[in-house]
Amino acid sequence: MKRISDYSTLSAVEAVRQSIARAKAMSEYNALISLCEDRALDRAAKVDAGEVTGRLAGIPFVAKDNFLTIDSQTTAASDFLRGFSSPIQATAVERLEAEGAICIGKANLDAFAHGGSTENSAFGPTRNAVDMTRVAGGSSGGSAVVVALDIVPFALGTDTGGSIRQPASFNGVVGVKPTYGAVSRFGVVAMASSTDTIGVLSSTVSDAELVMDILCGPDERDMTTIDDFFEPTVEPLRSMKIGLIKESMTDEVDSDVVRCTNDYVNELRAAGHIVEEVSLPLLKQALAIYYIVVSAEVSSNLGRYDGIRYGNRADGQSLAEIYGRSRDNGFMPENKRRIMIGSYVLSSGFFDAYYLHAQKVRTLLIESFDSLFEDYDLLIGPVTPTAAFKLNENTADPVKMYLADIMTVPASLAGLPAISVPAGESADGLPIGVQLIGPQKSDAMLLGIAKQLEETI
Amino acid sequence: MTHISQDDVQYLARLSNLELTDAETVNMQADLENIISYVEQLSQIDTTGVEPTYQVTDLKNIWREDKVDNYGVDRDDLLKLSPVVESNQIKVPKVL
Repeated sequence: MKRISDYSTLSAVEAVRQSIARAKAMSEYNALISLCEDRALDRAAKVDAGEVTGRLAGIPFVAKDNFLTIDSQTTAASDFLRGFSSPIQATAVERLEAEGAICIGKANLDAFAHGGSTENSAFGPTRNAVDMTRVAGGSSGGSAVVVALDIVPFALGTDTGGSIRQPASFNGVVGVKPTYGAVSRFGVVAMASSTDTIGVLSSTVSDAELVMDILCGPDERDMTTIDDFFEPTVEPLRSMKIGLIKESMTDEVDSDVVRCTNDYVNELRAAGHIVEEVSLPLLKQALAIYYIVVSAEVSSNLGRYDGIRYGNRADGQSLAEIYGRSRDNGFMPENKRRIMIGSYVLSSGFFDAYYLHAQKVRTLLIESFDSLFEDYDLLIGPVTPTAAFKLNENTADPVKMYLADIMTVPASLAGLPAISVPAGESADGLPIGVQLIGPQKSDAMLLGIAKQLEETI
Repeated sequence: MTHISQDDVQYLARLSNLELTDAETVNMQADLENIISYVEQLSQIDTTGVEPTYQVTDLKNIWREDKVDNYGVDRDDLLKLSPVVESNQIKVPKVL
């Protein structure tokens, strides 16, 4: 795969042309919903003329199609926003453009980022970069595939419960889900406000580090952003104490995944780190917490899609008919399921038993992470229980689909940084990643360790 | 196993402002039952005396001046987003 530094010999216009040509040649993967050809070439000419400079001058990238961009549509992969043209641009995109990076297209996703396979897209599924009969993972499936296919060296994604880490693992690229609040979410279609994060998918850890350094930092347009803590590691790391989560290495996990995780653990040990088995007893229950809390937040955040002020409006005699039909036409079945689950767990009579109780169990989960981080610098485990599954394999059974998120949701519920890095492949040659989880604001340290090991795997 | 009836599904659809077709209602009933039954496992965890978590980075209210920021977007840009606009206003069916 191409690194950012591989673009240094190309002019920005050449880089953008190559990237767009490759995107068109790889269209059968359905990784992109739209291309931003005119704006990209226009911006590239400005970079070549020296009008825009920066650390990413002339580097093409792709944004997941839930980032608002100007001069192109932003659909969130839904019929509701099909053709929607935003007058504002997401802060993350603005920050990359300010450093000279050029957005060449918008990546496919599960509609409104609900899903783990990019099969819930109104624009059709994205195919896995290594095996076209398999899923790309999701919801940032398109973002992972454009990097794996060498269309761009990095892509923006969002991760609410694993949506960057899982597709990164399924396609053999690096995926970074930062500490909650590290990167501004202004101008990104909201899914679940208490766990939504913005991060990057890239071919190498060093490139992810550079992009995160640019993205992190407060934004007055997103009051949940925290201070800029991100400092890329430059010095060699001291010996770290690392906890291997034993509940994520059980018989229920595919043997190839266990093998790749153990291989990575051995590499860590060879690099001088200490790895010990630890217990995170609430690992499995975290998935149940997640689907209660996130569905509640989804039902609330998606209340704004009424067909009145923007988006596609259905015909109806009354406002109620317009709302109901616009929402029925505009949402995918998985969107409706999550909205309905959210309405259920928030409705009177059920609120205490489901929503409030789940938020209390969430506190217990956070406390168990806190106590592990008293003794360990970071934790390690698989990203997913299996490598990429077949297209349509899990679509008939929502719970089975949700189980693919079982190892990624705990970090999301606690607001912790977690990264997915390639760790090997299955017997069938499918990529398998490993997940590193650290305490809040340890993002740069996690990337530092992954960088140290990158050359050896 | 939690039982969810067709009526429950219709009620939730109304709460959610969703107009479901008959076929959707049938599928939704089974899916909701399975999902709710799955998350039921949490009821076995004792949370006596535990505070709920709504926010993970300990941020409290953040105040700013009550000044309008239009994000560089004017009224016409916003009106253009609406599917039906007449005389500078968003048009909807009669409400009263």
